[in-house]
Amino acid sequence: MRTLDVKEITEAVAQMARETNHFLSKDVKQAISRQAEMEPWPVAKGVLEKIEENIGIAEQGTLPLCQDTGLACVFLEVGQDVHLAGGSVEEAIHEGVRRGYEDGFLRKSVVKDPLRRVNTGDNTPAHIHYEIVPGDQVKVILAPKGFGSENMSQIKMLPPSAGEEGVKDFVVQVCEDAGANPCPPIVVGVGVGGTFDKVALLAKEALLMPLDQPNQDPFYADMEKELLSRINALGIGPQGFGGQTTALAVNIKTAPTHIAGLPVAVNVNCHVSRHAERIL
Amino acid sequence: MEHHITEPFTREKFKDLTAGDTVLLTGTIYTARDAAHKRLTDRIQRGEELPFNLENAVIYYVGPTPEKPGNPIGSAGPTTSYRMDAYAPTLLDLGETGMIGKGQRSQEVKDAVLRNGAVYFAAIGGAGALMAQRVESAEIIAFEDLGAEAVRRLRVKDFPVTVVLDSKGGDLYEQGRKAYLESRA
Repeated sequence: MRTLDVKEITEAVAQMARETNHFLSKDVKQAISRQAEMEPWPVAKGVLEKIEENIGIAEQGTLPLCQDTGLACVFLEVGQDVHLAGGSVEEAIHEGVRRGYEDGFLRKSVVKDPLRRVNTGDNTPAHIHYEIVPGDQVKVILAPKGFGSENMSQIKMLPPSAGEEGVKDFVVQVCEDAGANPCPPIVVGVGVGGTFDKVALLAKEALLMPLDQPNQDPFYADMEKELLSRINALGIGPQGFGGQTTALAVNIKTAPTHIAGLPVAVNVNCHVSRHAERIL
Repeated sequence: MEHHITEPFTREKFKDLTAGDTVLLTGTIYTARDAAHKRLTDRIQRGEELPFNLENAVIYYVGPTPEKPGNPIGSAGPTTSYRMDAYAPTLLDLGETGMIGKGQRSQEVKDAVLRNGAVYFAAIGGAGALMAQRVESAEIIAFEDLGAEAVRRLRVKDFPVTVVLDSKGGDLYEQGRKAYLESRA
């Protein structure tokens, strides 16, 4: 059995907090510049060019891409042959967030209690999802999530009779309802199946997938393509000022479900679609 | 159309703006988001003094990242405006002339904009680094305990915003989408 010191997890999380808030991944940058080139509506093109300019400024390392540097969503895939030593894994993750957000001059956006609303002051706690997988490695993913877009996300327990059309109509409706609020162009993570809790997680995990890779299942790859085209026919456009580019991508994740159910969740992300991973 | 507007940000200077116009603002603006709006309106209800004069005030819905040494401010893009809808009409009725944020507003806010000859501007959401470069200075003037949500006085130069709701009832979110869709029809 391999032993891994949890300090390595702390360091990885801290590094990724700074990195994700200054550098977008290549797939997101490519999607934005492709749309800036293709966008037929002048106002929309102008907005996309400003967004590209913003990416260039953030890459210089002084100013984060967005002032909402997010709630730290952490996904930990732990190989079952790894022994995590040196302290609590959970505390190690929180410490990584604490250091990354403090040393990186990132905004502390977490309140301790949802109703009493006192800021924790260090952006902890992170929201953590653990998964046990085969192997002797640990994968740490950090996805800082902004709440302008998170607030526009929705979940619905459809009846199975709603079928494929019901799912698609719901996804498009969520994007239309969101309008200008989530800082379009958006990235749309869709979860289908599972349970009430599982479907929301699927939608969030869908936001971690590369924007330029269609679903491996051709049925869902077609659905992603159709949804993107329907969302971009809404005319909302970048920042809601009108135009073609309302969404950069739609990614779908699915899970088996109950004979009586068809859960669907839509997790909306903005164009500052941030995530990074480390394999330890 | 592009306009350069310098303080004081009076109704008179805003009255000819039309939804869709771009404006470069130069002068003093104030930051306030959810928690600060609640405190401001609580103070108004109790008849207490406010940390800044609302007359001709432009309020920017933003909670910036901490500034790095040598910089006036951190990343400073707009937050979603509808969360301020419950408070905005009160402030507009007391002299606020401009709001900067992003996203749709309630009918109550639209009515208050019309009633007062005010303007609702959008800044580019998710372009906080770009916006920060147009901020010359920032100073916390109230509610320091709120951290990012404290009220700050900003000096901005050529701060780029787009008119969403104008004083004549125009709404860029409706008109822009409609114009684009008609162009495709």
